[in-house]
Formats: sequence, C-alpha cells, structure tokens
Amino acid sequence: MTPNKMSGANALLESLERQGVKEVFGILGGAILPVYDALCTHPKIRHILARHEQGAAHAADGYARASGRPGVCFATSGPGATNLVTGIANAHMDSSPVIALTGQVPTAGANSTYMIGRDAFQEADIIGITTPITKYNIQLRSVEEIPSTINSAFYIAATGRPGPVLIDFPKDIQAQTANVEWTDKIDLRGYKPPGNPHPLQVRKAAELLAEAERPVILAGGGVISGNASDELLTVAELLLAPVATTFMGKGAFPEIHLLSIGNIGMHGNPLANKLLLEADVMLAVGTRFSDRATGNTDTFCPEAKKIHVDIDAAEIGKNIDIDIPIVADAKKALAAIYERLIQQVKKKTDSPWNTRMKEAKTLLNPQATENYSLKPKPLLQTLRRLLPENTIVTTEVGQNQMWSALYFKVLRPRTFISSGGLGTMGFGFPASIGAKVACPNNPVFDIAGDGSFIMTEQELACSVIENIPVTVIVLNNGVLGMVAQWQRMFYQKRYVATKLGTYPNFVKLAEAYGAQGFRVGSIPEFETAVRSALKSNVTTVIDVPISSEEDVVPMVPPGCGLNQQVGDY
Amino acid sequence: MEKEKTQVIAALVENKPGVLHSVSNMFRRRGFNIESITVGQTEQKGVARMTLTVSGDEKTLEQITKQMNKLIDVIKVNELEPDSIVTRELALVKINVPDVKGRSDIINCVEVFRGRVVDVSTESLMVEITGTPDKIDAFLNLMKTYGISELARTGLTALSRGVKSLRVEE
Repeated sequence: MTPNKMSGANALLESLERQGVKEVFGILGGAILPVYDALCTHPKIRHILARHEQGAAHAADGYARASGRPGVCFATSGPGATNLVTGIANAHMDSSPVIALTGQVPTAGANSTYMIGRDAFQEADIIGITTPITKYNIQLRSVEEIPSTINSAFYIAATGRPGPVLIDFPKDIQAQTANVEWTDKIDLRGYKPPGNPHPLQVRKAAELLAEAERPVILAGGGVISGNASDELLTVAELLLAPVATTFMGKGAFPEIHLLSIGNIGMHGNPLANKLLLEADVMLAVGTRFSDRATGNTDTFCPEAKKIHVDIDAAEIGKNIDIDIPIVADAKKALAAIYERLIQQVKKKTDSPWNTRMKEAKTLLNPQATENYSLKPKPLLQTLRRLLPENTIVTTEVGQNQMWSALYFKVLRPRTFISSGGLGTMGFGFPASIGAKVACPNNPVFDIAGDGSFIMTEQELACSVIENIPVTVIVLNNGVLGMVAQWQRMFYQKRYVATKLGTYPNFVKLAEAYGAQGFRVGSIPEFETAVRSALKSNVTTVIDVPISSEEDVVPMVPPGCGLNQQVGDY
Repeated sequence: MEKEKTQVIAALVENKPGVLHSVSNMFRRRGFNIESITVGQTEQKGVARMTLTVSGDEKTLEQITKQMNKLIDVIKVNELEPDSIVTRELALVKINVPDVKGRSDIINCVEVFRGRVVDVSTESLMVEITGTPDKIDAFLNLMKTYGISELARTGLTALSRGVKSLRVEE
C-alpha cells in the first residue's frame, strides 16, 4: 500500500480501527492529549469516559471476557497509568485480552534533551511497573513502527493464553508526523502459540479415558477463552463423565446439565469436591490448578491418572504432577480426543459411575425447598429464575462472589464474569459496564457486596451519562463479609476493621448519580425490583439488606484437602 | 526436598531494551536462583545470547525453561548438556605482591594455570585467567595466601560441542 503521512496519534487510532476496535474506555490527561485530539477525526471509535482509570481497565476486561475480543483502555502518564495497574494485574491473572495504552512524557524535551528518565512531571516507569503483570509491554519510539506494533499487540493479547498488553506512547511521538505504511505482517519469532495437539498424546489420553471406570472432567477458564464448550459437552456425554468446573471455568458447561457437578474448591459444591476425589481418571482442560481450586495438593486426587490439556506449557506440572500432558488449543484438543474416542467406545447410556453420581447428587444437592427468607441462597436462586438465559452476570469479590459460585447456575459460557485470580474488590461493576458495551442486547447484572461496590461506585456516573444501563444487586451486610467470616472462624470473633456500618444509603447514592435505586425487604419485593430493572433502560441499584453473620458454607478451611469440607450446601 | 542440581541454559533473545529486565524480573518474581548470567551479541543481527547458570530441583529447572520460553522476546531456550559443552569464564584478579620472591612465585602459578599477567606495579599484579569456574576457583584459592585486593569475574559462558548450533532460523 502507498504510505500515508500522518501523526503518531492518527496512526494509532487508524491501527485500532483496522483491528476492529469500536469502543475504548479511558481517562485523558496531559501526556495523551494528542491521541484524544485525534479522536475528533475518528468518529468510528467511541470513547467511554470512566471516572477512575481502574474502572476503565476493568471495563475493558469485562468487554473482553463477554465478547472474546480484546478490550481497550486509555490512560495518561504517571498516575493515570499507575491507576490502571490493578486492572492490568487482574486481567493478567485471569488471562483476559486487554490492550492498555498509556501516554508517556516526551522522549525529547523542548531543547531536545531527553525527558524520559529525568523524573518529569507525571512520569512513571510504567514499562518497569507492568512487566510482571502483562503478557507483553512495549514503548513506542517512532511513528513508523506503530502499525506493526499494534498488530503484534493485538495478536499477542488474543492468541495462545490470552493476556494484557501495555503500549506506552510518548507524547512527542504522538504528535510527530511521518510516512506510515500499513501492514498485516506480524513478525514475532519468539512467540508461536500452540495449536494442534500431538497425535500420540491424544491417542494416549483417549486410551486412558476409554478404559476409565470413573472418569471426571475438570474444566477451567481455558475452556471458555478457547471457545471449547461444545467440544467439552460432546466428550462428556460420550463418556458419561461428570463435569466439574473451577471457579474460572464456571459457565464452560451448562450447570443445569445432568452431568454438571458444579465448582470444585474452597467454596466448591460438595458434590464436585467429593466426586473428583473418587475419580480414577481426570481430564483437566484449561486450568492452572490454583490453590483455591485444589486445596491441599497432597490430597488432591493422588490416585487418579491425570490428563492435562493447556495452551500454556508452563502450567503443566507447575502445581500438580500430570500423567499425560497435551499442550494445545482446548477446542482442537477436545475435538481430537473425541475423534479418537468414538473409534474406541460406544456412547454410554448408563454406568455404575453414573449411578453413583446420581445418588451423590440427590444426597448432596437436594432440590431447593421453597424459602422466602432474605438469605443469599434463595435470593440467588430467585435471581436465576428471573433472569433470561443470555443475561451476563458479573460479581464483586468476597462472600457475594462465593455465594454466586455456589447458588447461581450459569448456563452459557461468557455469561459469568468474575475476578478469580487476583480477587479484586470493585471489579464487578465496571466489568459489567464493559460487558454491556460488548453485548448491548443482553441484560447485565453485577452481584455485589456493599464493601466491593463502594470501591468503584463512581462508575455509576459513567454508566448513566454514557447510557450503558446495568443493574447492581448489593448484598448489603454492612461488613467486609468474607474477612469478617475468617475473623469469626479463625480469629476468635475478634472483628477488627471489618465493620462498614449502615452508610451509604444505596438508594440515595444511586439517585445522586441519576440511576434508580430500590431497597427491598423480602423476596417478593426483590422479584419486583429485578423485574422492573429488566424492563427499564436505566442503571439500577437494588439494595438487599442481609445478616452480617451469614457465612459462606460449605468451606474447605485453608490448608485442608477437598475432602475436609465443612458446612452444608 | 528433591536434589538440587545446577544447569546451564543458553537463550537467544531479541537484542533490544528491556529484555534483560523481563528475564531477570521473571526469575525474581518466581523465586528462581540465578548463579550467573552473561549477555552478549551473536553472529546474527538483532539477536543476543544469554548464558545462565541456574540451580534448583528438577521441577524448578523445568519451570525455569518453560517460564523463559513464555517471554515474548525470548526466541529460543536450550538446556545445555553438561557432558557435551565447553564452558568458560574469565577473571581479572589484582594480587598483592609482598616481595620479589612472592612476585616470581605468583608468576609461576599464573603460568601453570595458563593465565597472563596484564599489569604490573611495585605492590601488585593484575592477572587475566580463563577457564572453567572450577579452575578459576582453584587459582583464586592459591592466591588467597598473597591477598586478593580486587576481583572481577565475567560469569560463565558456554557453547555446545559439535556441528549442531543454537541459531535463529532466517
């Protein structure tokens, strides 16, 4: 193509357009002004003004997880960039493709002196700061390199094990003009994401699974980011294998399916924690065996033969010893395993293991009885009943999150978005805004606690003014509930610094931002509020007072194995 | 605890700013030990070579290679087989000279170790010595008797023997 003379800022926005970017979340500042100025001539890109850079980063993350496409956020240099850090770390832990663009002080000052590295106003070494929490980061040093760098950034963020990429953009390069050549070429000799599984490993895995008496599938977040849910379902149904998910894998398998046994882990479903330990063969897909999922690794299925499919070779053998590793794309690996399996086994309609699963299910997950108390379990079961299947639910972090994991059944991939790895309070609300932007036709609900919601509540302004209506359900117990629970259980009820009290008034708070607020005192009132939120096009906050003494149970106490779970489901 | 073992790793990396930082930062963050690291340009344009001496149990060593491979700017990682590599280190040593006899004793030692005297003053000698780290350790041990006033070691570098080469395909 013929070269075009243009500024760095224009080259950047044009590159984003070529990547199909239609929305970016951000806050401007001095060192990124040329980019924002260039937005005037790029009307195809909608800029959504967050009220704190952390909100912009989480919104980009929510956008990415809901859509499967990279989410983009902008911030200025210095404090703007450092405010993104929590959001970037969060995306990194949960393997979410976020592109963060930060302004930087100019490489050269007015008298041609070098400015980066001289502690200029609002200068922060954001490359140094984000190296351990990004998949890749790079500082632009010329206008000419912008097209290929942006191509690489999107390619790195979205392929292989997805993750955040930060691009640091010095102000003088934004303003400089040069001839820009467009290219689709990506030249990354150090980065070759795995694709097809090794046929020999697939054969071994299929043989093991075909002979298994008690196979269990453990699906992690990689099944969702790898869009491998359909393939997972076919393998599970062929083998009649119960499917457990990790917290990040919630939604990879429909939780109302007969073979679904729920989440494993510290606050896992007792059914999943129990059956997993009884398995003779485990097929784990797209999971990093986090400590919250496995509990004490010494008692984590020591007898079971383990097949581990992961696109990240470094995850294999990192936390758990594996018998058959398969480094590949989850979708391709599961399809290949299925192809091998159907040559060896007939689709089962019954097995002693299936009978065992059904018995355990009746025993450990009894049918819900009618319950109208304002407690998390009936609340979340009611919510599931009211919300359409395509509703995207985000959560905050803490009790609200674990109750959601236990009691809110997710039916489709990418409709449950939560901060699993970093455990970032304040993630859910801005993430819900991002998810709504990505999927404007889906209802979006954030299941929140009062402690978490307060941390990013300022994004109500963004939600209302930018007309991105979402609903926040505040399970309001007036305490930092999860830590209060730990103080109750492990620190002899010495409640230090966990009491939040009765402020703010969430109805007034919502109204102050132009949103609508409801306070409910019973399940029927809750139902009315949810129905009216679903019908309205206004951001809604539903304040649900619950007891501050409510625990999340069952629970595997820290350091214990999954077999040492306490409390009733 | 599994047995600790030392491993020499050669890595080809992009020769650009920040690459050494991302490698060393990964080691720090994951709690891996680096005993030595050397970096230099290669015969290929834009490619630098890092030679790392690392230690840990088998699982840790496997993780080190995998985590290095994950870094985008790391092009190739090779665990070098101890039996089929040539390893070298260079040391510059400043040694105190007590008297004329001491001086000639030191020079004799240097010759035995195939080192070279590169600077002479009335009270000191500077010696350049190349070899495996063990050989350098042995030399330094001998010199302790006279007193080492300054020491600079490059850290280990290595190449595997034979026709097979670690290169970036072009």
